[in-house]
Amino acid sequence: MKDTNACADDTCRAPVSQRTQVVDAPGTSATVKLKIDDHELNIPMGTTILEAARELGIHIPTLCHHDDLCVAGVCRVCLVEVEGQNTLQASCAYPITQPITVKTHTRKVRQARRHIIDLLLSKHYGECYSCFRNNNCELQSLAKEYGVDFFRFGHPEKPLYEVDRSSYSVVRDMNKCVLCRRCIRTCIDLQEVGVLEAAGRSDGTTISTYLDKPLGEVVCINCGQCINRCPTGALRAKDRTDDVWAAIDNPEKHVVIQTAPSPRAGIGEEFNQEPGTPMTWKMNTALKRCGFDKVFDTNFTADLTIIEEGTELILRLYKNLVQSDSSQPLPQFTSCSPGWVKYIEHFYPEYLPHVSTCKSPQQMFGALIKTWYARMNNIDPANIVSVALMPCSAKKFECNRPEMRDSGYKDVDNGLTTRELAQMIREAGIDLPEMPKSDFDNPFGTATGSGVIFGSTGGVMEAALRSVIEFVTGKKVENFYDHANIIPVRGFEGCRYAELQIPDEVGPVPELIQHLVPNWDWLKGATLKVGIAHGTANAKKVMENIKAGGKFSECHFIEFMACPGGCLGGGGQPIPTSPEIRAARARAIYAEDAAYGDAGKARKSHENPAVLRLYSEFLTNGPCGHKSHHLLHTHYTARGKYIG
Amino acid sequence: MTIRNNMTLSSVEKNKGLAAAMKMEPAGVIGIIRGSGMKGRGGAGFPTGAKWHFAASAKGERKFVVCNADEGEPGTFKDRVLMDEWPDLIFEGMTIAGYAIGAQEGILYLRGEYTYIRKALEECLAKRREENLLGNHVLGNSNFSFDIHIHMGCGAYVCGEETALIESLEGYRGEARNRPPFPVNTGLNGMPTIVNNVETFAWTSAILVNGADWFKAIGTSKSTGPKMLSISGDVECPGVYEFPMGTTVNDVLDAAGCDCAKAVIIGGASGHCLPPAEFSRAICYEDISTGGAVIVFGPDRDMLDVAESFLEFFADESCGQCTPCRIGNVKLLEGVRMLKCGKCSTNCLRDLCALGETMQCASKCGLGQSSPNAFLSIVRHFKNEILGRACTAAES
Repeated sequence: MKDTNACADDTCRAPVSQRTQVVDAPGTSATVKLKIDDHELNIPMGTTILEAARELGIHIPTLCHHDDLCVAGVCRVCLVEVEGQNTLQASCAYPITQPITVKTHTRKVRQARRHIIDLLLSKHYGECYSCFRNNNCELQSLAKEYGVDFFRFGHPEKPLYEVDRSSYSVVRDMNKCVLCRRCIRTCIDLQEVGVLEAAGRSDGTTISTYLDKPLGEVVCINCGQCINRCPTGALRAKDRTDDVWAAIDNPEKHVVIQTAPSPRAGIGEEFNQEPGTPMTWKMNTALKRCGFDKVFDTNFTADLTIIEEGTELILRLYKNLVQSDSSQPLPQFTSCSPGWVKYIEHFYPEYLPHVSTCKSPQQMFGALIKTWYARMNNIDPANIVSVALMPCSAKKFECNRPEMRDSGYKDVDNGLTTRELAQMIREAGIDLPEMPKSDFDNPFGTATGSGVIFGSTGGVMEAALRSVIEFVTGKKVENFYDHANIIPVRGFEGCRYAELQIPDEVGPVPELIQHLVPNWDWLKGATLKVGIAHGTANAKKVMENIKAGGKFSECHFIEFMACPGGCLGGGGQPIPTSPEIRAARARAIYAEDAAYGDAGKARKSHENPAVLRLYSEFLTNGPCGHKSHHLLHTHYTARGKYIG
Repeated sequence: MTIRNNMTLSSVEKNKGLAAAMKMEPAGVIGIIRGSGMKGRGGAGFPTGAKWHFAASAKGERKFVVCNADEGEPGTFKDRVLMDEWPDLIFEGMTIAGYAIGAQEGILYLRGEYTYIRKALEECLAKRREENLLGNHVLGNSNFSFDIHIHMGCGAYVCGEETALIESLEGYRGEARNRPPFPVNTGLNGMPTIVNNVETFAWTSAILVNGADWFKAIGTSKSTGPKMLSISGDVECPGVYEFPMGTTVNDVLDAAGCDCAKAVIIGGASGHCLPPAEFSRAICYEDISTGGAVIVFGPDRDMLDVAESFLEFFADESCGQCTPCRIGNVKLLEGVRMLKCGKCSTNCLRDLCALGETMQCASKCGLGQSSPNAFLSIVRHFKNEILGRACTAAES
């Protein structure tokens, strides 16, 4: 399942020098003869030497190359010898269009690679054992692969650059940067944000921001995709593990953690498990052994989000279609991805009225923990430390937004990434894969399959549709889609569009929202149009389509996720990432959803008993009611893309 | 006066070549250029006719003719003189090229430091538009419209590399692209583009007037035609000279007035350094190719100073994109400075030379591939001079 649409070719702003180069007859059936080391074969015209080598199992080392990104050809580590050429050729950037003979490890090649590694090390400040990427660093691996046992061209004795810690989410340390420019290509090409660019030249070249401003002051959306693709420790998420340990160590504090669906699908990779090995129940045990007082499932508020956001959608539809009130315009955009929210605040602020006012599941949970949960358990909210385990670096920014204090306290005190939690688990001496299984804690314990699939692109849409279809038709989703799997909204295509026909026969309005709409007659036979985009480059495509009055402007509801693949590809997930790894994590997530069904548990948000209990005991004026508006909804800031 | 000997271009009648081209099929024009055997005058020596042929056969909604007037190689100034003296021949050559490959637009990428020439060039262009030598239906040819504008460089040496030049034209940082594909297929804005040196276009006009055979009769069999050289350094008469391709270094030195040269660097900072024993070598593509720079060093020059000065230039001008060039030039410079104060061991020098060879074969573009040339050839030919310096602790 190749994530082919991750790069938005038609809107691409990356310099041509760093874009996939078009060669004659690409993708046609024409083949060309290649002789590489001992192999001779015919390959499709335009295949790069690197691709061909990989296909044959020939290892060529790379550094600036990344499966998600366009070609750069700048590090020169992947050089090979092409017969008849005076110079060595970068195999990642050499499309084969005529018969060639390639040698991948001649003396000349080995010497050049070794020199390049020596040169990179001569500018790479830092010691491996004090680096968070120790044992997971591509430069370190290369040095080992090429037997580096001394610094031929020296090694920096002191740092040259100040570490940029200005952002809530991303820490940038140019001292460790090897100028592979993956972060630039990620930011410009994959994400279409364009915060990072090369500045200066020669060995004064740096990766810089607009006017070299700190990352916290530029239009960075905190998605952290650059972190996931950095080969070294130059980029990392801001580490909050010390704060969390301090809270755990403090007996006065009641430390709770909510865990999002994606970390459990990814954290196994930090413990040498195959990508896509689910760790849900073992992770619960590990968290408790780490010392968290309660372990909750963010899927609870994912289900709650569906009820709130679904109700908001129904209200928007009713207002726009029946009452001709366009104060809350269509299509409604999802708001659970904080990277996406900051993206639209910067780049399309005029469309903010389209964004659902619902807080993200993380922040809804935060607000409820320090109100409902605190009251129920008679705990002073001031003594609760609320931690959120997220696959995301942007969540760190989100929990620090000034508007996220509706409980009267900071709703979520700390966001942890999957990588940080793995670190804590290791520090506690816990072998995660060997943990016994345990359940989430009450009162939020039970979640549904719909909450789980929030982790994948299309998941929010599928969860919402499961509930909306049942609300409106009064019938089970299974009548329309086998096993309630709404396949049309699944997949990894960058921008997706789907239509759902609402039957002529509608059901009664469920009790939960009876006070909001009188009946469903106005939806009889209507066509519900929905859109999905993941990765902000694709979000941009959809936004531009809406601006131009294209088919996405006719949508009623659009799911936007800042990260390629959705949250499972988030900036806080284990490194490395690739289309294959993300697909494996998605399989884990959909398998967990299916397992809810197999176990006879609820798979639809509106069937979540804890959510229903919340509405009967606490949010008594229902979804989108006064109290829910106060605690679960928010507003946004039109930031614009021009910064002072 | 910087022109030092008889210049063929002085006697070439303006616009006669263009008029002749307009009477031919584009393929016929390319045939003449191919027949002349002319190779690019920028120094790389790619056959001009072949380049045009590729661009002419490439598919593209639009095509571009780019004149590389980003003359940044230290020791090269013949393009400046060409633009001062014969702007018409250059624009005429570009127009002929445009006709030959089917382009509608030409761009002269002018070195930032040559801003002062721009006014005269613009006036020349305006006049050519008035005379219908540019614009709609050039010289009444209803199938051919062509115009030229000038784009200013901003001082980056790397923008003389054709793909970096194209990046710069597109508004990006001047950085070389991956090749293949080549600009003749995927150039400016992804369209087929030819990038030729100023001198190449001037000779194009001359060839269309005097014929391919005339051009071919000058020079050697593999390097046809005359070549402009910029001669500077320790000579009596520095300036721009014209020689037939294949002229020996000795003859060049005689003409410029120097009988005691210790070394000559052909090709500027990125060129090769020759000791007197090699002065009998010929300046042509099959022996020592050059874009036109000949820098002469007298007996009192310190060759390490020369290497240091060139490497300072490259350590500053590397675009910073690829590893070997970005860091390699700096390391070579550090090495030269160590040599100067007698602190570079022979082991260390061997490492540096090996690094230089890696840079030559591993760098992404011509800049890094040629920047170690001068250093390596100085080490090769002047080893005794550069080793054995007194160890001067003060400079450590």
